[in-house]
Amino acid sequence: MFQDILFYWIAFVVVVAALGVISARNPIHSVMFLVLAFVSSAVLWMLLEAEFLAIVLVLVYVGAVMVLFLFVVMMLDINIQRLREGLTRYAPLGIGVALVVILEIAHVVWFKAQGFSLGVAPEPAPADYSNTEALGAVLYTEYVYPLELAAVLLLVAIIAAIALTMRRRPGLKKQDIAKQIAVRAEDRVRLVKMKTEKDQ
Amino acid sequence: MEDIYLTIVLAPLLAAIVAGLFGRQIGRAGAHWLTILAVALSCGLSIYVLMGIVVDGDPVFNGTVYTWADIDGLHMEVGFLIDRLSALMMAVVSFISLMVHIYTIGYMKDDPGYQRFFSYISLFTFSMLMLVMSNNFVQLFFGWEAVGLVSYLLIGFWYKRPTAIFANLKAFLVNRVGDFGFILGIAGIYYYTGSMDYWQVFQQAPALTSQTMQIFPGMDWQVLSVICICLFIGAMGKSAQVPLHVWLPDSMEGPTPISALIHAATMVTAGIFMVARMSPLFELSTTALGFVLVIGALTAFFMGLLSIVQNDIKRVVAYSTISQLGYMTVALGASAYAAGIFHLTTHAFFKALLFLVAGSVIIAMHHEQDLRKMGGLRKYMPVTYWAAVVGSLALIGFPGFSGFFSKDALIEAVHLSQAPGAGLAYWAILLSVFVTALYTFRMLFLTFHGKERMDRHTREQLKESPLVVTVPLVLLAIPSAMIGWYTIEPLLFGGFFGDSIRVLPAQDVLARLGQDFHGPAAFVLHGIKGPAFWLAIGGVGTAWWVYLKNPGLSQKIARRLKHPYELLVNKYYFDDFNEKIIAAGGRGVGRFLWRIGDEKIIDGGLVNGTANGIAWIAQRVRGIQTGYLYHYAFTMIFGFAVLAGWLLLRG
Amino acid sequence: MSIGLTHYLLLSAILFSISVAGIFINRKNVIVLLMCIELMVLAVNFNFIAFSHYLGDLSGQIFVFFILTVAAAESAIGLAILILLFRNRSSINVEDMDGMRG
Repeated sequence: MFQDILFYWIAFVVVVAALGVISARNPIHSVMFLVLAFVSSAVLWMLLEAEFLAIVLVLVYVGAVMVLFLFVVMMLDINIQRLREGLTRYAPLGIGVALVVILEIAHVVWFKAQGFSLGVAPEPAPADYSNTEALGAVLYTEYVYPLELAAVLLLVAIIAAIALTMRRRPGLKKQDIAKQIAVRAEDRVRLVKMKTEKDQ
Repeated sequence: MEDIYLTIVLAPLLAAIVAGLFGRQIGRAGAHWLTILAVALSCGLSIYVLMGIVVDGDPVFNGTVYTWADIDGLHMEVGFLIDRLSALMMAVVSFISLMVHIYTIGYMKDDPGYQRFFSYISLFTFSMLMLVMSNNFVQLFFGWEAVGLVSYLLIGFWYKRPTAIFANLKAFLVNRVGDFGFILGIAGIYYYTGSMDYWQVFQQAPALTSQTMQIFPGMDWQVLSVICICLFIGAMGKSAQVPLHVWLPDSMEGPTPISALIHAATMVTAGIFMVARMSPLFELSTTALGFVLVIGALTAFFMGLLSIVQNDIKRVVAYSTISQLGYMTVALGASAYAAGIFHLTTHAFFKALLFLVAGSVIIAMHHEQDLRKMGGLRKYMPVTYWAAVVGSLALIGFPGFSGFFSKDALIEAVHLSQAPGAGLAYWAILLSVFVTALYTFRMLFLTFHGKERMDRHTREQLKESPLVVTVPLVLLAIPSAMIGWYTIEPLLFGGFFGDSIRVLPAQDVLARLGQDFHGPAAFVLHGIKGPAFWLAIGGVGTAWWVYLKNPGLSQKIARRLKHPYELLVNKYYFDDFNEKIIAAGGRGVGRFLWRIGDEKIIDGGLVNGTANGIAWIAQRVRGIQTGYLYHYAFTMIFGFAVLAGWLLLRG
Repeated sequence: MSIGLTHYLLLSAILFSISVAGIFINRKNVIVLLMCIELMVLAVNFNFIAFSHYLGDLSGQIFVFFILTVAAAESAIGLAILILLFRNRSSINVEDMDGMRG
């Protein structure tokens, strides 16, 4: 019972937060709404016994990606005034399409799923069930290749992001370590034979 | 014997090749000596062969000399059929060719294309001999086409003259129309008999009489009639029968020696020869014979009328040739093949003679050809004059001359014939006798008698032509005068042609005529009493009255009878019809297909059109690439919604 | 009514369509566009976790693991591109970015 109420309440929060994302005028507000949506989702995931992923969602998504969003939003000098125009021009069309999509999915889910006995919740897992452990057991055995690939993917993304946005300022003096080490004595020092000066 | 036949055919060919390719090296004298020797060799051997067959009774030679191709039962060979008919033709062709060769030395003396001319006339001799000596349809067709080609080359000999080029193309194209019919006939023969060899076809012909074919659905036509008519269409083209006669007057653009050789004596007679050769086929189809008869009658009469209004001396003789070819065709249609060939032979002599006379006059008049500018030439050119008289008397059929025998025999034979259209033909050729006499003596009087109408400069240069010109005239005048008397009995009634010409007994008019024949002298007496003679005398008298006694009368008559005169001067509007409707129509169709079919539809519509269409579509589609991300996202989502909806609705 | 799979799926459908609507409605702000994409990813993740729970198969959660990884990488790079765009155009207005117009 408690779970049902919790579900409805948190689901309501998620939907409201999503609506807030798209309708907020200030982009900072949008980001905040999105954070709310993610955190609420994390709660829902915990209801679904996916604790590890729920925490990962909060840590990685909210903690890293949303912060990144905030950084970007605050860094860019956005003209808020102009952003207010034209918000409702395409609203009917957008809402129309959204409704159509919902109806289609609902149709599939509700009417076509009569044969499935999916309305029944499975038994809750025992108290010493560790989602993390279970995930780890599967991840590092069956899905180890995709795991490594995902790691490489992240590396590539890092490099790509840096490569895209790095700016070199002209006139900046930097040390070039490679050149420093490759210096030879002959380049710096020149031995000259000179006649000794005679005492006057 | 085979070597002799090969020599007869190949000697002129070799001479033609050498004179043509190495003309500059061997020079003018070399060219004419080489070709004359070759043709003289052919002539001598032909006469030898003829004597052999007629006098010594040599057997008929029917053999293959060379197999060119043997494809799936179709044998294409070079072979010779030397029987009486072909031997006679060979002798005539080579003799006249020799006369023309000698004559050309004088006529083309100053022409820069001297060696080329000799090469061409030798090549012609080769082609014509291949045609008459052939024993199968393929070689016949080869010879047929080859003489047409050489005729084209020779008519346009002076190729820098636009009228000559127009004339030679006209000759070739009109002949082509005839050749189309000819090849349909040959194809029909091959289809129904499975062979191209004369002998085999003739063996199988009687079996085909009952077969019919359907060209248009629902109408049955006799196979033999169709084939014979198609073959005759080829003859119509070659032998200038109406309506395919239009090329012959224009062919007078060529030098006079070839008018004599090709367009009087030999090439135009190829059609007559072919029909006589195919007599076993034609005899079996009265429809075809009727067709031949009517065409010949129309040609004989109406073309004769045209000769009266011509002012160019060569054109007078040209229309006369067409008319006489009509006579020969009438004889063939009446199943009097021997009479037709007999007239062909005599006509070859006297018509070639008349052309060479015309050429002699033209040389003397410094290439002036208009009759209205001549007159009184007999004082200056006696030999030419007397040769002209002999030729003219032979042409009108004056008793005793060769033309009389062949023409009168022809007229009598047609009179006896029961073939469809024979009545019409008889009246046509009888009236043509009057017309023939009229135009022949018109030409004679205007040229050689009466007031001298040429300018003073030309008159002072008038003299008789050199020996190389006059000797052939004399050599042709002799047979024109005499050959009829000696040859009529054996040729027509003595079974000269033997098996080479086949006539069905029911249609054999010459046999019936032969029953009344009592020798050449009696025939002459009979002829003097007949209508033809008096019509001829009437024609001569009329010509004398109109052109000699009352000069200027002819213009008055022309003014009075304006419409008939216009009709004749415009050659019954055949040329106008051909040029304005057929030729222009053809060009119009070509232009239509080029401008609209090719340029607009294929180039514009298909080639450029597809490119333009694609560009047009691309232009429209380009509008979809707005560059806005949200448009693309929207399209994706919208597409997803539609797809999902469709999947759901489909169930 | 007890909470079943259907409810979670419906919730994820609603989230998804809200983000779809967001993509249309928002014309002015590329950042909101990116955030809507994050919402879409969240909706999909919901689906996976719900199915994983109700079918008792851990593969769903593994997949979400990877999706999170990739989504993080993608948003990092997306934002980098956004910064570059802003540097060059001085505007994050979606309607100004029609350089790919055909």
